[in-house]
Amino acid sequence: MKVLMSGNEAIARGAYECGVTFAAAYPGTPSTEITEEFSKYEGVYAEWSPNEKVALEVAIGASLAGANAMAVMKHVGVNVAADPLFTVSYTGTNGGLVIVTADDPSLHSSQNEQDNRNYAKFAKIPMIEPSDSAEAKDFIRIAFEIARKFDTPVFLRTTTRLSHSKSVVETGEPKPSGAVLEIRHDPRKYVMVPANARLRRLAVEERMKKLAEFAETFPENRIEMNDPSMGIVAAGMAYSYAREAFPEASFLKLGMVHPIPAGMIRAFAARVDRLYVVEELDPFLEEQIRALGLPVAGKEHLPFTNEFDPGIVETALSGKAANVKALPQVTIPPRPPNLCPGCPHRGLFYVLGKTKTFVAGDIGCYTLSFMKPLAGLHSCICMGASVGMAHGMSKALGEGGHGKVVGVIGDSTFIHSGITSLLNTVYNQSDVVIVICDNRTTAMTGMQQHPATGYTLQGARTRQLDIPSLGTVLGIENVRVINPLDLKETREVIKEELERKGPSLVVAQSPCALLLKKKGGEEKPLRIDPDVCTGCKVCLGLGCPAISWRKFDAETEKTFKKKTKKQEGIAVIDRDLCNGCTLCSQVCKFKAVEEAK
Amino acid sequence: MESKVRSILIAGVGGQGVLKASDILSAVIIEAGMDVKKSEVHGMAQRGGCVTSHVRYGSRVYSPLARKGDVDLILSFEKLETLRYLDYLKEGGRVIINDLEVYPPSVNMGEAEYPPNVIDLVADHVDTVEVIDASEKAARLGDPRMVNTILLGVLSRHMDIDTAVWEKVLRKTFPPKVVGKNIEAFHLGRKD
Repeated sequence: MKVLMSGNEAIARGAYECGVTFAAAYPGTPSTEITEEFSKYEGVYAEWSPNEKVALEVAIGASLAGANAMAVMKHVGVNVAADPLFTVSYTGTNGGLVIVTADDPSLHSSQNEQDNRNYAKFAKIPMIEPSDSAEAKDFIRIAFEIARKFDTPVFLRTTTRLSHSKSVVETGEPKPSGAVLEIRHDPRKYVMVPANARLRRLAVEERMKKLAEFAETFPENRIEMNDPSMGIVAAGMAYSYAREAFPEASFLKLGMVHPIPAGMIRAFAARVDRLYVVEELDPFLEEQIRALGLPVAGKEHLPFTNEFDPGIVETALSGKAANVKALPQVTIPPRPPNLCPGCPHRGLFYVLGKTKTFVAGDIGCYTLSFMKPLAGLHSCICMGASVGMAHGMSKALGEGGHGKVVGVIGDSTFIHSGITSLLNTVYNQSDVVIVICDNRTTAMTGMQQHPATGYTLQGARTRQLDIPSLGTVLGIENVRVINPLDLKETREVIKEELERKGPSLVVAQSPCALLLKKKGGEEKPLRIDPDVCTGCKVCLGLGCPAISWRKFDAETEKTFKKKTKKQEGIAVIDRDLCNGCTLCSQVCKFKAVEEAK
Repeated sequence: MESKVRSILIAGVGGQGVLKASDILSAVIIEAGMDVKKSEVHGMAQRGGCVTSHVRYGSRVYSPLARKGDVDLILSFEKLETLRYLDYLKEGGRVIINDLEVYPPSVNMGEAEYPPNVIDLVADHVDTVEVIDASEKAARLGDPRMVNTILLGVLSRHMDIDTAVWEKVLRKTFPPKVVGKNIEAFHLGRKD
């Protein structure tokens, strides 16, 4: 059946059809939907693991038991999983093991733009890269075939554009995997003590040699001869862009980006006048082709940063400016992503932004609080960094840092990689206040479950992690639970904990506004009484998308009964957006906010 | 020779139904027997920010992204968002604008001005502009969410695809309770 599928849906479908029965992952844009979609198929096991390292280790275990297993993560997730990654390359597996890495050129939803093809070379693991959804569905099958044939973990690389673009896929029926589930003892292969690892090290080099030979005849590495004056080497989405930008050119389309087929590249180079590489991010292929002694052009024309499109590729390689009209001469106000109306983070960061502290931030929706008007978050490096950074800053500042350093981290992020750092604040005793923005879900990636929600990926009830109790068990003496939508309580507790010596834990608990909406919670929208509003703009300091400023026009200016001489307008609430969180009524000194009728 | 690929750019603000509209449009194109690729945004890029989707179709499509200066039609769910992507439009391209203003945060806070003359600016820039009060029409139909179906109806006038194909896809897309209303909304847009 012909259906429209995103790259992510196609990977999930392909995995199901080729007999993959096991997936472990931590959510992360642009990879999240792969595991969500896969989990819906019959007869498969899928889980949200607490982080990518755990997910990979879980998948390795499943694969050692004979299953075809995949670990799915965004590009920076591979950093977290890098420790097991580099050594599972030595052990190989029993069943198939595929690691799906979803890279994010243009940083649509990430903190960096790393090119994970480098991991393939670094960890000596083959990597294949599809260029549309139909290929994505086929390539996951091929990845498992390579994994089993060569006893190696295999990378399947996608990018945001592949994961989140949709194209036509022909679906088929699932085939049994033929996997034999069993416990196999083979200490020399699986116990990586130096003596064994040294031997496996040799096996890895031998395997890479065989894979390089395999790449020469791998059908997804193919030459498409056309006009020989221009020959382009490309893989993945970059191939799609280049193919469209230069329909007359000849192509070497690489399905496998590591190892590269040196012989095939040489043969292709010999058949074309000029050789180009079109690749986003790093000159990964280009450097290797250059090392073969072949003259090739690539990054001297094409950008190192951001994703491409056919126009960028054409302009860069042809040198001809594209026929693009300039935008009209007008300032277009930006529309950055923002915390939702009713978001509980808004209360917490409204308070934190008014303290004279450094707030070490983390990865999640709340990171958006760095923007004006909240400006309540001052750093963001990676998952879990806030707790360690706050501790380090507090230690370095010594007495001068007392009451000045806060670390904030989301519930899912805390479980991902904040727990050990929190333990460190106790072990090495710093004066930090760690706030867990506990909105009861993994909100940013679309509300996935995690150990503290008490539900599994499939929505089954499970043991629920009690975050405040965990704080106590780790040795935090001052664990406080607050409702961040209660500004008075939030202000008081933050102040008290900043004054205290030793590490404190504040759990700011209130469900994500979108989660409430999804659960069908009752919303009581508010309104601002124009007869009471003095136009003081204090409520605008919340940065709520539902509240806007209406400056008096000439007509209103004359007729409006102003509360002060200087009043220039009033604030209004969009009742369709408002969920009645009451933060604005808490900050309004004039009691102008009331329930909308 | 592969036939010319056509590109439609749908723009709007998070939550307006841009992705749903581009899904329906793509399904219609497949149903009509053509190849299609579409792009969209998720995650942080989505939280109340700009949302765009490129839909590209023809006998064989490679790139899900259109290049600047090559889009045949921009369908904009919000006035200001039209301006942001006008450089994607090709010479002689068409723009359909929903007559709706959604203020960005800086405008809400009184720090920036929402350009007062968006329609004029667009009209000065391109040959063909259609302004549709789809949000008002949707409200009259009793469901503001139907704005995307109305706009698809408007769009359908500029695509050579049978009404029956659109209806078939709409019937598959919406739950039985709202199918009738959505088909009505589609025709409201198409007739206008």
